[in-house]
Amino acid sequence: MLSLHHEARTPVHAVPAGLKLLVLFVVGTGSFFVRSIPVLGGALVAVAGCYALARIPWRMAVRQWLVVLPFVAVIFVVQGLLVDWGSAVLVAERIVVLVALAALVTLTTRTAAMVAAVERLLGPLRRLGVRPERVGLVVAMTIRFVPVLKEQADQVRAAQRARGVEYSARFLTPLLVKTLRLADGLGEALEARGVDEDDSRL
Amino acid sequence: MIELDGVSHWYGQRQVLADLTLSLGERRVGVVGSNGSGKSTFARLLNGLLVPGEGQVRVDGLDTRKQGKAVRRKVGFVFQDPDVQIVMPTVGEDLAFGLKHRGQDKAEIARRVDAALAQYGLAELREHPAHLLSGGQKQLLAIAAVLITEPTHVIFDEPTTLLDLGNRRRIARLIRDMDQQVVVVSHDLDLLADFDRVLVFDRGRVVADGKPDGCIATYQAMHPPL
Repeated sequence: MLSLHHEARTPVHAVPAGLKLLVLFVVGTGSFFVRSIPVLGGALVAVAGCYALARIPWRMAVRQWLVVLPFVAVIFVVQGLLVDWGSAVLVAERIVVLVALAALVTLTTRTAAMVAAVERLLGPLRRLGVRPERVGLVVAMTIRFVPVLKEQADQVRAAQRARGVEYSARFLTPLLVKTLRLADGLGEALEARGVDEDDSRL
Repeated sequence: MIELDGVSHWYGQRQVLADLTLSLGERRVGVVGSNGSGKSTFARLLNGLLVPGEGQVRVDGLDTRKQGKAVRRKVGFVFQDPDVQIVMPTVGEDLAFGLKHRGQDKAEIARRVDAALAQYGLAELREHPAHLLSGGQKQLLAIAAVLITEPTHVIFDEPTTLLDLGNRRRIARLIRDMDQQVVVVSHDLDLLADFDRVLVFDRGRVVADGKPDGCIATYQAMHPPL
């Protein structure tokens, strides 16, 4: 399950959404310049401390990390075999820190506050033709539709299993078709709900 | 009043609606027909989601081709699958979406969202993730999110198809109690039994038009039991 807001009154929840996004951006960018395993390890411990401070139930926290674990494992092995195992540890640490921090931001921030923060942060770019409200809508819709896409992927996999196919890359084709249909329907729904291409608010 | 004047529509070379001329003034209008008979296309023409390949559709005098945006503000649309229609992550945010988009101020949005949550029994679910709602709750949210914008007409495209009996009845009651003009496309003949008017579609044409009893009988006669 993709993380959504976890209601609680903690210092982490109280941090303004804009500041959290800024920290995420700084850590995300900064982590690529850090080449020290202990420093990234320390960052990981710090993020885990923030989870405790935010009183995120450990099951919920573990669920966030389990989703990325297979990807991290593959990247770790490939990096280890192709480059060296030290680099592999660095890359794995970096990904886990970023994903854990991003999940923490999502868990401790209401979507509305996040969208408002994104719109505020992008406000100065309006002069360059960027439409912050539209970016905000995309952020909100991404959070909304990732679980829907996961459900669709589960359905396709279940249908394949029911027909005796355990693992097949061919599951991507029906998933893509379903996703395109969803996108089509979503476009129609947005139009029906008053979101027009030429709307000045979007 | 919804009016269709000489409306035909094609998808590529395939004609899906053929020369429809209708005036829909009744409060509750039902539409039945086989799969592929043109019902959903017909529904999408009524709020300008589609403009007809030929002919004209007017809602309270507004032409869907020239004044589509104004028409969509008057005409709400409820889709068969609420997962497509619910665009925001939580119940409260989705209810607020349409109002925010219409430029309502924050206080008015908060007031109307509170009222809608209470009216549709969703108050406990304000912060609930939309993807974790049951099918019935999702459809209820989809309908509430349309009604909160106070449309004067509401089009339903198979609103009960994905629901169990209890939720079908709940949605049927909600539709029955609505003040707006409603046009309901459905395979659920019970839902349409006490409507004011029913249209039967077959291969893009209206083959029966009148009171539910006669029209539903005509539709059933088109599909005799095996």
